[in-house]
This record gives sequence, C-alpha cells and structure tokens, in this order.
Amino acid sequence: MESRGLEIEDLHVSVETETGPKPILKGVDLVVRPGEVHAIMGPNGSGKSTLAYSLAGHPKYTITSGSVRLDGQELVGLSVDARARAGLFLAMQYPVEVQGVSVANFLRTAKTAIDGQAPPLRGWVKKVNASLAQMQLDDEFASRSVNEGFSGGEKKRNEIVQLDLLNPKYAVLDETDSGLDIDALRVVSEGVNRYTAPGDRGLLLITHYTRILRYIKPDFVHVFVDGHVVAEGDSTLAESLEETGYEKWVKAVE
Amino acid sequence: MTTAHVTPQDTAVSHLHPRGSFVIEDHRLPTGKEEVWRFTPIGQMEDFFDQMLERASMPITLEAGPDKAWSWLKPGAFPRGSVLVPVDRPAAIAASEDQARHVVIDGAHADPIRLSIHGDGLDPSAAHLVIEAKPASSATVVLTHTGLARFIGNVEIRVGQAASLTVVTIQDWDRGSVHLGQHEALVDEGATYRHIAVSLGGDLVRLQNNVSYAGSGGDAELLGVYFADAGQHLEHRLFIDHNHPKGVSHVDYRGALQGERAESVWVGDVLIRPAAVGIETYEANKNLVLTDGCRVHAVPNLEIETGEILGAGHSASTGRFDDEQLFYLKSRGITETEARHLVVRGFFSAILARIGLDDVAATLMSRIDKELAFDKEN
Ligand SMILES: Nc1ncnc2c1ncn2[C@@H]1O[C@H](COP(=O)(O)OP(=O)(O)OP(=O)(O)O)[C@@H](O)[C@H]1O
Ligand SMILES: [Mg+2]
Repeated sequence: MESRGLEIEDLHVSVETETGPKPILKGVDLVVRPGEVHAIMGPNGSGKSTLAYSLAGHPKYTITSGSVRLDGQELVGLSVDARARAGLFLAMQYPVEVQGVSVANFLRTAKTAIDGQAPPLRGWVKKVNASLAQMQLDDEFASRSVNEGFSGGEKKRNEIVQLDLLNPKYAVLDETDSGLDIDALRVVSEGVNRYTAPGDRGLLLITHYTRILRYIKPDFVHVFVDGHVVAEGDSTLAESLEETGYEKWVKAVE
Repeated sequence: MTTAHVTPQDTAVSHLHPRGSFVIEDHRLPTGKEEVWRFTPIGQMEDFFDQMLERASMPITLEAGPDKAWSWLKPGAFPRGSVLVPVDRPAAIAASEDQARHVVIDGAHADPIRLSIHGDGLDPSAAHLVIEAKPASSATVVLTHTGLARFIGNVEIRVGQAASLTVVTIQDWDRGSVHLGQHEALVDEGATYRHIAVSLGGDLVRLQNNVSYAGSGGDAELLGVYFADAGQHLEHRLFIDHNHPKGVSHVDYRGALQGERAESVWVGDVLIRPAAVGIETYEANKNLVLTDGCRVHAVPNLEIETGEILGAGHSASTGRFDDEQLFYLKSRGITETEARHLVVRGFFSAILARIGLDDVAATLMSRIDKELAFDKEN
C-alpha cells in the first residue's frame, strides 16, 4: 500500500570504526506526513546527524536494518542522488566547500537534475537572485565558489537558498539555526516557513534551541537519546525540555 | 666555435641543472639512474636515441600570423643559440637541426600567432623553433602538437626589453607518441613572459622548461595544466634562474590523473643567485588523483644564495576526490558522473582563469568531459 509521507521504520545504523562496526541508531521510528513540521531535540552525540545523513545516504553510515520510504518509495539501497531526486533534501550541519564550482552553476546543475530539465534561462537567474536576496545574501554570492570562504551563518543561509529553489517534498534541516545571529535566525525561519506554507511539504527540524521553534511552529517534538526516539509530544514538550534537560532519559539509558 | 652570444653567463651546475652543451656526445645516453632522468620511463624509449640519428625534420606550420615574421635560422645565426644551451641529450639533438624556424615579433599583435606541429607516424623527428619578441612588442604565440610522433622539439625564446610575450604549448598528441624537448626563455629588462603548457596526449611527454633574465625587473609566469590517463607519463621540469635583480617568477601547475600507471612529474627548481636581490618567486603544483593506480611526483626546490629577496615560497599538494564534496553535490540530485565533472572542472577553474585563454580552457574541458564520460561507462 502506498501512503504519503517520509516513513522511517525501525532504522538501525552503524559506522565503521577501527574496532569494527559501531551501532549509532538503534531502532528509529518516525513518520513525517506532508504538511507536518517535526522537531528533533537531543543531547550531543545522540545520533541526530547520523539519522539525517543516513536518510540522505551518506556512504559513511551503514543501514543494518529498517526502512525509509518516501511517499511509498523505499530509499534504502538507492544512491544519494536518486534519493534527492525522489524528493528528499538535507540541509547540513556542516555544509561542504566545493572549490571552483560557482553557486550559480551548482544551483542550476542541481535544479536541472531534480527537475529532469534545465530551468528557463532568464527567469532562473532572477529567481536565484531573489532567493539570495531573501536570505540577505548579495548577488555576488552567485559567482563565488560553493561555501568557500563563507561565514558559518552564510553557509546556513545558502542551504536555505537551495531549499527554496529545489523545493523538495521532504526536508531535513540539521541544526540550521546553530551559528546564526538573531536577525539571520529570523530570516532563515521565514525562508523555511515560505517553504512549508503551501501545506504539502514535510519538514524534519533538528535543533538544540527552542528559539527557532518560536518562529517555526512544530506539530510534533521528538526527544532523541542514544540512537532512538524516547519521547514525543507537541510544541510544549520543547519548552519543558528547556527547564528539565535530557537528564531523566539519559539516566534511563544508563 | 659558436658566437659570443651563446652563454649569457656561467651556467649553474648542480644535480638538477647540469652544464649545457651543444655537442650531443657531451650528454651521456640517459640510463634512468641520473637525477634528471630518474622519473622518466627510459625503458619505454629504449631505441629512441639510436633512431634519432636518422631522424627527419619536423615541419612547423604557420596557421595564423604575418608571413613576413616567419623565416629560417641556420645554427649560430643570431638569436639562435643565444638563449638555449641544450641541457640534455634530446635538446642537443634538436638544437643540431640544420634549419630552425624563426618567428619575429615586432609591435603589438592583437591576434595570436598560431603554429602547429602534426605528426603522422612514429619515425623520429625533431624541430628547433626560435621566438624573438623585439623590445616593447606584445604577442601571444600558440603552438599546438597533434597526431602521432616520436619527436624532440626545442623552443628558444627571447623576450626583449619591456616586451610582453605569451607562449602557449599544447601537447594534444595521439596515444603512442613521445615528445621531449627544452623550452628556454631569456627575459630582458622590464619584460613580461608567460609560458603556458597544456599536456593532455601522448604516451610520454617530457619538457624541460627554463627561464633566465637578461636585465632587472623581468616578470615570468609559468603555468601548466595536464591530465594524465592510464599509462601516460607527463613530465614538466622547470628551472628558473634568478640571475638579475628585481625579477619575478610565478609558477603554477595543476594536473589530474586517472587510471592505471597514469603518471605525472613536476620538478620546480628555482635558483636565486647572489646578484638577484629584491626578487620574488612563488611556485605551486597541485594534483588531483581520480582513481587508484596513479603516480604523482612533485619536487619543488629552492636554492637561495642571497638573503635580500622580497619573497620566495613553494607548495606542492596531491589530493584525492573528496568524498564529502561528492556527497554534498549528490545530495542535491546531481549524479556521480556529473558531480565528478564539477569537482574536476572546479579544480582547474582557478588556473584556467589565470591563463585567461578561451581555447586553452575549451581544449582542457573537452578532454575532461571525454575522460570522465569514459570512466562512467566502465
Ligand atoms: N567514525 C566514528 N567512530 C566512532 N564513533 C563515531 C564515528 N562517527 C560517529 N560516531 C559517533 O556517533 C555518535 C552520533 O554522532 P552524531 O553526529 O549523529 O550526533 P548528534 O546527535 O548529531 O550530535 P550533535 O548534537 O553534537 O550534533 C557520536 O557519539 C559520535 O562520536
Ligand atoms: Mg549533529
């Protein structure tokens, strides 16, 4: 049966270490339906980025069992680029520098790959510049090498430019709010809200701070500890975490 | 005896730049054990030097440029022999050619002067080319090598006072070709010299590329790009002799390698003599290794004999495809093949911008596209 949504089912993931495979994700269950905003919060090292990278297909992570379906299509076993073309987007915690590849060329190539055809030349340049402007990035960024020499905040804003232009069905944002100044946080949040506004996109937001959740209202909040979801609730859960921390779940794991 | 112009000054003698000579027999047959031959697959060219005794003269064609600037020079006819003293046996062989082609550049040439060398077989051949840029002249000379050949080609270059000369040499040979030779430039006072080497084809390319100065304030920029494929050996050896004050030399070579026994050699030797006060030099070599089985040799070498210089530095690096870069690009829907294209093109983009010649960029890019597409089919 085909059902719409990003459906993560009993996902187990290991990384290769010198002493053999090390399990990081230990049975993640999570479903993001179109139109929903989910937030994931959890202590450092609990496996949030591992989840994000595993969904996107990073070669460092081995999915040992479980499944990830995007609108019914199994993503496990697909190449990284095929997952993106299926409609998945990952805004990375640490966006990568690509020397000698201009932002403009990168965006056009990505858009062409995702849509299966090149965007119309004239309208596209305007769109790119408008998208950069909305993220308060100067036109000049289009001709710079991807992320090269960008400040931490500029890299994050550049991820949202891509989110805007590629308009994927489902987006995972890994700590996009970290390292943003107060104004940039608002600008980025507005960008994300524009993306979800039509109501048919799914969003998974990984964050450490409730501040961004004041701008981007989550429908669900998941607490992530030791490689799986230990608690779920609505946006009030995030606020109570602010007071209590993760202590009670971390203790339970130990 | 040749004319008084022969040796501009004492040639420095060291393991990396042996004393030159026009006499072929003065250069012992390379065995591969010599410092300057140790990277070269001598085995691949065993009978090369014997065969060279019965070589033909390789014709050079003037494809574009004024006919009146195009003539011949006998050995010893100035400026032939005034700049290039052969540093090795192949260079001495080409320098002994009966006639050398002579390009004289006077005034400003807006359009490039285009020369071509096209080989049509493996019979050995040689050529000696003299490029003479008169004082205050400016021009770009593009020399293209194509076809199949076992070839030695010297290029002897005089850059007159305040002249501006760019020499582009494109090695786009068919596989099976061997190309050796010495390029030697003398840069006069206030002159600007750019040498751009583009090595893509042939089984074995080995260029000895030298620069020295005839006055103060000369500026030399030596740029190179190469792409070595399986079984190809591409060798660029540079020697910059800072023998006058206030000179500048910048070297930047970048290459990509792919396939079993793809091999590149870059030797960048800079000598700063006591007279060369106030000079500035920087040399860099960067390599991008695309597959297993490639070999890269990068040897920067600075010999500094005066403390009074503005700056001297070098760097050499060899990197592999960065998995994180590929992942990032692919996570935006871009296929593996296309992502590799982007990264390789990106690797060369800075130097191509510095070279600033559309036909060099186009030649290299089409080669990259061909190589990486082929890779995909495997
Ligand atoms: N190669 C590796 N060898 C050993 N441990 C690893 C390796 N790679 C990742 N890990 C571990 O996996 C765990 C999960 O890391 P991950 O980056 O997913 O955490 P996170 O929840 O995103 O943390 P943060 O909030 O700090 O971003 C960490 O404890 C990390 O040290
Ligand atoms: Mg993380």
